[in-house]
Amino acid sequence: MNALLTAEGLHKAYGPTFALAGADLQLYAGEILSVMGPSGSGKSTLLHCAAGLTTPDQGRVAYLGRVLSELDDVRRSALRRREFGFVFQFGQLVPELTALENVALPLRLDGVRRKPAEQRAAALLERLHLSDKAKARPGELSGGQQQRVAVARALVTEPKVIFADEPTGALDSVSGEQVMDLLTGAARRSGAAVVLVTHDARIAAYADRGIVVRDGRTPARAGIR
Amino acid sequence: MTIATAFLALLESRPRHGYDLKQAYDQHFGHDRPLHYGQVYTTLAKLLRNGLVTVDGDETSGGPDRKRYTVTEAGVTDVQRWLEEPETPQQYLQSNLYAKVIGALLTGRSAAAVLDAQRDEHLTAMRELTRRKGQGDLADRLICDHALFHLDADLRWLEHTAVHLDELAEQVRG
Ligand SMILES: Nc1ncnc2c1ncn2[C@@H]1O[C@H](COP(=O)(O)OP(=O)(O)OP(=O)(O)O)[C@@H](O)[C@H]1O
Ligand SMILES: [Mg+2]
Repeated sequence: MNALLTAEGLHKAYGPTFALAGADLQLYAGEILSVMGPSGSGKSTLLHCAAGLTTPDQGRVAYLGRVLSELDDVRRSALRRREFGFVFQFGQLVPELTALENVALPLRLDGVRRKPAEQRAAALLERLHLSDKAKARPGELSGGQQQRVAVARALVTEPKVIFADEPTGALDSVSGEQVMDLLTGAARRSGAAVVLVTHDARIAAYADRGIVVRDGRTPARAGIR
Repeated sequence: MTIATAFLALLESRPRHGYDLKQAYDQHFGHDRPLHYGQVYTTLAKLLRNGLVTVDGDETSGGPDRKRYTVTEAGVTDVQRWLEEPETPQQYLQSNLYAKVIGALLTGRSAAAVLDAQRDEHLTAMRELTRRKGQGDLADRLICDHALFHLDADLRWLEHTAVHLDELAEQVRG
């Protein structure tokens, strides 16, 4: 089977600091892939490169045969908007907008008119049992509710890949579980693949398989000998 | 926990017939292993002998299925003692795995690879539990959670140990 997304030999340095020093990632359609590793090992940088949010210094990322670094900014961001969804740890909702407007935002940015965008957002909020929060602003929601709204926003464009960086990092185990049930349930129903960055094994256990990042690399398993 | 103790707790909640006891046990305690009727009878006979349960008034004839059992004062005390006594924290995995790490370091093998292999094993088990959890009712979910939190604790120890391997190697070889 061909991979949906392939990242090969990624290197990325910030000044003297190496964030990635030869990292690979392959993502197949519809799978949930966990990315684990110690703090500072390069997980977020790998996710950002794979999603075309950051351009690596070396190596290449291809999505369905299209090399992200060969696209111009306009095309790359259009691809991100249409094909990818994002969930981060926190602070990703626009504080001035209601939950409904936040969920509709990716559609609005893609040129969908207000009414149909908000209709789709409302339908999604309903499916995720968040209808009663549609008019609330992020500041009026608990951390867990905010993350569920963020999941709804990531899903609204029906992306092929959802990139989630510590989506439950700021939540207790019960709300974390709710967010994960929601995220993985929706991804499985829609056939979206998920890249799930986490250092929490209980969260990684929602994935079908996992990779580990160490010192900017994704080393193949070594033998005991 | 023994079957006998579980029976006492079930009988403390209310008197029950033998059949009802088995059903309730299987539902609340038996998850992977339903009781055989033989186990039900021998357990009840032992509890009767030890004065921890009694058989109701005129129903003393017939099989255990027909008899109705009630917990005694002594039986309730047993339940109380069982609940008051914390479980011995299990350290088997840690000590076995630690022994493997030391074994690898002593013999110049890769202790990191030992830990990596264990991480894989743990994560595979955790994925399976998470899948099962998604299909179960609340009781199943909580039992899976218990196993998941334990495996998670093992993994944290494992990651923590992985960070100290070089230091540990020096001490082991030094
Ligand atoms: N924008 C940046 N500017 C400078 N250094 C950065 C930047 N982003 C990441 N780094 C550095 O790159 C390395 C990898 O960071 P990254 O955020 O990818 O790690 P991580 O595995 O996601 O860690 P955590 O689990 O703590 O989120 C770190 O040393 C970090 O300090
Ligand atoms: Mg990070």
